[in-house]
Amino acid sequence: MKFRDEYRDPTAARHLAAAIAGTVTKPWTLMEVCGGQTHAIVRFGIDELLPKMVTLVHGPGCPVCVTPLEYIDKAIEIAGHSEVILCSYGDMLRVPGSSGDLLSAKALGGDIRIVYSPLDALVIARAQPSREVVFFAVGFETTAPANAMAAYHAKREGITNFSMLVSHVLVPPAMRSILASPDNRIHGFLAAGHVCTIMGYEEYEPIAVQYRVPIVVTGFEPLDILEGIYLCVLQLEAGRAIVENQYSRSVRRDGNRQAKAVMREVFRVIPRRWRGIGDIAESGLGLAEAYADFDAERRFGPVRTAVDEQGVCISGNVLRGRSKPTDCPAFGTRCTPEQPLGVTMVSSEGTCAAYYRYRSANAGSGN
Amino acid sequence: MCLAIPGRILSVSGDDPITRIGRVDFGGIVKEINLAYVPEATPGNHVLVHVGFAITVIDELEAASVFEYLREIGELTEGAEVK
Repeated sequence: MKFRDEYRDPTAARHLAAAIAGTVTKPWTLMEVCGGQTHAIVRFGIDELLPKMVTLVHGPGCPVCVTPLEYIDKAIEIAGHSEVILCSYGDMLRVPGSSGDLLSAKALGGDIRIVYSPLDALVIARAQPSREVVFFAVGFETTAPANAMAAYHAKREGITNFSMLVSHVLVPPAMRSILASPDNRIHGFLAAGHVCTIMGYEEYEPIAVQYRVPIVVTGFEPLDILEGIYLCVLQLEAGRAIVENQYSRSVRRDGNRQAKAVMREVFRVIPRRWRGIGDIAESGLGLAEAYADFDAERRFGPVRTAVDEQGVCISGNVLRGRSKPTDCPAFGTRCTPEQPLGVTMVSSEGTCAAYYRYRSANAGSGN
Repeated sequence: MCLAIPGRILSVSGDDPITRIGRVDFGGIVKEINLAYVPEATPGNHVLVHVGFAITVIDELEAASVFEYLREIGELTEGAEVK
């Protein structure tokens, strides 16, 4: 596939790895923000190509992982109404709530449907006007314009049997939260290329200045990630801390103006609780007042904050880059993708799932 | 979840900017994709697609920049090895 395969060339990857090794003189810890990047790093063994002085830690960028427990519970509750068709991205179905997941709710008779696009949920709503269609709208900035467009269309067409349970999260406030933590050990960031495709990277510039961290907007293929690491390390070695754009074939400084306009129309910025991490101010999106009629929480009652999760699972520390999956006593034994104890093992983009699939001794064949 | 797949636009239909649809070829699999967020896109362009929406037109000049950069780096590392 053009614009993918050429960025997986092993010879070029070795050149970049050699350039990184030839640049580094001090130990540096970099965080890749996005779960898609984490997956590529573990799958292609990019971390194993790097000199020992460069450590990659994996960030919170898995929206399925950070969707609060209480939203899963609410989705299950809504799906229990006989008139409801609950539509969700497939990744959400196996995420555990406080008792059970959406897949088991489906097995118990809930009409829960996996959609590829939020517009598919609208198609169902148009076709079945006697049913209440609820779309479980999760994701980062990459997905927000698509989900916003579903509400935008519903309002424009006057579709009254459609609503959204919205649990959107925003990346820059989470990066600030990690950097502001007293035990922060991150020297530089690889910013998420598709989030920045939508938002641009102006909002990262004050973060680079305030916390003196290089931030390199980075793509998802092995050469992208290696070049992102190289640019980040070059800055660190030179004592610089600016925002650079490695993923320039996709990302422009001001992002996608049309997408941002529809997001601003449909959503507003709100505080958000991140599963495993906690409350982060101004880190989420909820529906704007003009779209309140499409808010599933207005139709089915508000989400109630759940108690904190207890147990052996260390996914909160994994999501913040403080622990590796292999630090967990349950990893690969009591906790596997088939029987997950925590969200980072459930989601296909979760860090624990990536380590299990590509690194654990009893992993499957992978690819 | 933020995965976006590159594909090539074969044709475009629709006049309303927010419902404009492209037939997009992903290495042999053709799907209908919403083009509301890439008003500049025309047949022949490559776009990145996420949950049914094209989110950017791939800049082909910029796409080559990694490889130009690599050529420079390749020379640098080879030079270093000679020393």
